[in-house]
Amino acid sequence: MSILFFVLIALLGLGFFSLNIWKIRYNINLGKPEERSGDVGKRLKTMILVAFGQQKMFSRPIPALLHLCLYVAFVITQVELFEIFADGLTGEHRMFLNGLGGFYTFAISFIEILSVAAFFATVMFLARRNLLKLPRLNMKEMIGWPTKDANLILIFELILLVCIFTMNGADEVLLNRGASHAAMESGNSFGFSVSSFLGPLFFDGISTGNLHIVERIGWWGHLFMVLGFLNYLPYSKHFHILLAFPNTYYSNLEKKGKFNNMASVTKEVKLMMDPTADPYAVDPNAAPPSRFGAKDVTDLSWKNLMDAYTCTECGRCTSSCPANITGKLLSPRKIMMDTRDRLVELGESKRKNGIDHEDGKSLLGDYITEEELWACTSCNACVDECPVNIDPLTIIIDLRRFLVMEESKIPNELTGMLTNIENNGAPWQFSQNDRLNWANEE
Amino acid sequence: MNLHVPTMAEMKAKGENPEILFWVGCSGSFDDRAKKITKAVVKILNSCKVSFAVLGTEESCSGDPAKRAGNEFTYQMQAMMNIEVLNGYEVKKIVTACPHCFNTLKNEYPELGGNYEVVHHTQLIQDLINTGKLILENSESFKGKKITFHDPCYLGRANDVYEAPRQLIEKLDAELVEMKRCKSKGLCCGAGGAQMFKEAEKGNKEINIERTEDAVESAAEIIATGCPFCNTMMTDGIKNAEKEGQIKVLDVAELIANAAEL
Ligand code: SF4
Ligand code: SF4
Repeated sequence: MSILFFVLIALLGLGFFSLNIWKIRYNINLGKPEERSGDVGKRLKTMILVAFGQQKMFSRPIPALLHLCLYVAFVITQVELFEIFADGLTGEHRMFLNGLGGFYTFAISFIEILSVAAFFATVMFLARRNLLKLPRLNMKEMIGWPTKDANLILIFELILLVCIFTMNGADEVLLNRGASHAAMESGNSFGFSVSSFLGPLFFDGISTGNLHIVERIGWWGHLFMVLGFLNYLPYSKHFHILLAFPNTYYSNLEKKGKFNNMASVTKEVKLMMDPTADPYAVDPNAAPPSRFGAKDVTDLSWKNLMDAYTCTECGRCTSSCPANITGKLLSPRKIMMDTRDRLVELGESKRKNGIDHEDGKSLLGDYITEEELWACTSCNACVDECPVNIDPLTIIIDLRRFLVMEESKIPNELTGMLTNIENNGAPWQFSQNDRLNWANEE
Repeated sequence: MNLHVPTMAEMKAKGENPEILFWVGCSGSFDDRAKKITKAVVKILNSCKVSFAVLGTEESCSGDPAKRAGNEFTYQMQAMMNIEVLNGYEVKKIVTACPHCFNTLKNEYPELGGNYEVVHHTQLIQDLINTGKLILENSESFKGKKITFHDPCYLGRANDVYEAPRQLIEKLDAELVEMKRCKSKGLCCGAGGAQMFKEAEKGNKEINIERTEDAVESAAEIIATGCPFCNTMMTDGIKNAEKEGQIKVLDVAELIANAAEL
């Protein structure tokens, strides 16, 4: 009976998760192509250092350490999850105990110690957000759902940890009373590092019958939390725990200062400069773009869109952005959050109404304003800072390109600057013939 | 000292081909403050007898501000015209004192057919010193002075050049002091991304003022820069803070030229 129930719950949880993953894949594929293959060695190295090793987190040591506790505990705890699945499918209890012997005790003890660290870190994280009110975590764009999301995840984590200790602690007491279902000589202790103390402390007064129920609550609770968490991920900034890996793998390996050359423009410029040129000579495969620059998420590259789903909403980018620091509207974190929100909205509507459906909204205008875009100094601080190698700057520039090249919406002074470049080869009104005057001036 | 500034056209007429093209840039050509930096670079090149030339009136904007402002058309027009000129002179190596030109020529021209070895002037000067061509003999000018280096975004973060300018400052026998935000964490001066040519968007502070505060806090007597735009921004910031008496803003090339008594 409980095996059947287990299978049902697991299938439901995993099935729904797969559906959501499929949707996200669909959404990311709405983006334009961009070459990010090759250089496997370099890419793997970046992924291992930045995602696995969390290299970039360590420029801010306190959150880096706290995050490391959570991260390591999270990864290692999955070992225990294997057993939960094995037990759930076979109806056994602590299936790995016999085969692993002493190592089993060691493994669970290790998990428990990490879990204590994770518990501590989670409480600290909650405090940083809600009591210390760190500015980076409480800016405008975080009001409402993003803040709830962040707190919800932390509370999820606390409950999960409590479940682990409830399960193990109750089992310790049961074993002591000779009543555990585990295949271990009774009268003994499992010797788990934390729950062998916590168990007796909290559960001694509970009758053996009730304790069996408590142990099951911990066990099922753990399973439910994990499946719930998994299905919550696709809706949350917490999705980064999965996407951080591919996202850093597909990082930009070029120098940060290099902006892409728009091939569609190259073609037109070559034609302009050489009227005898064959209009198809430049790149016969390149279909004419529907527009120059980006107005909506579908004009951005798939990597920009993957970036948006990977964003942890940590705000490191924004807290180092010169525009944001000096009170401008621009926040690179908001650029990423807007991109994701818009993509989710557009993807939903396209799946409902067909791929060609337009909903009349766009990233530029409905989500991101011109004022934000024109505040950027293209300094790359946000790109450098991001712990998962997200690049808000290319999105900003692509949106600018649309404003300027498609809509001629550009600050006045910049129109002057551009005219000067076109007329006299300098951003100011100086004649090109005077370019060498400095050499003869005193 | 008289400046010797040959142009590519003159060299070509003589059947010569210089080793290095000095890309002066728009600021370096027209901005009064930046022209002084240009001259300091030339003095160094002259004194080391570097075989170089400039494009002079054949030079045109690299296109950087147009590209960052979102006008890819204007940028590519500029780039292709420049590449035609550069390739016509068979240019192999370029030095420039402007990180924006440096970045564009180095990273963005190759795809359009312009392939050159591009170096920042601080890298070239470092090379001249390392190869013994430029000697700063017991220079006393900056001895013990506190100097801080403001990383230009397009030299530092954009191209990972952090050490060349710093090593030059250390060659001056000066004390290199760092601002709290430096190297890859350095704060922008506020001029990049075409901001130099427009009013800042609405906010509660100018970026160059925020950055100048970092410099003042570092207790430096000299702010060394490696970019004509940063130089303008920091100079304005220092004026705003009414610290012109105490803190000078100088390009690394000016420091070196001064120390070498050129
Ligand atoms: S590149 Fe633009 S958005 Fe990013 S930190 Fe610099 S000014 Fe802010
Ligand atoms: S873009 Fe990167 S740095 Fe900015 S909030 Fe998202 S994860 Fe953090």
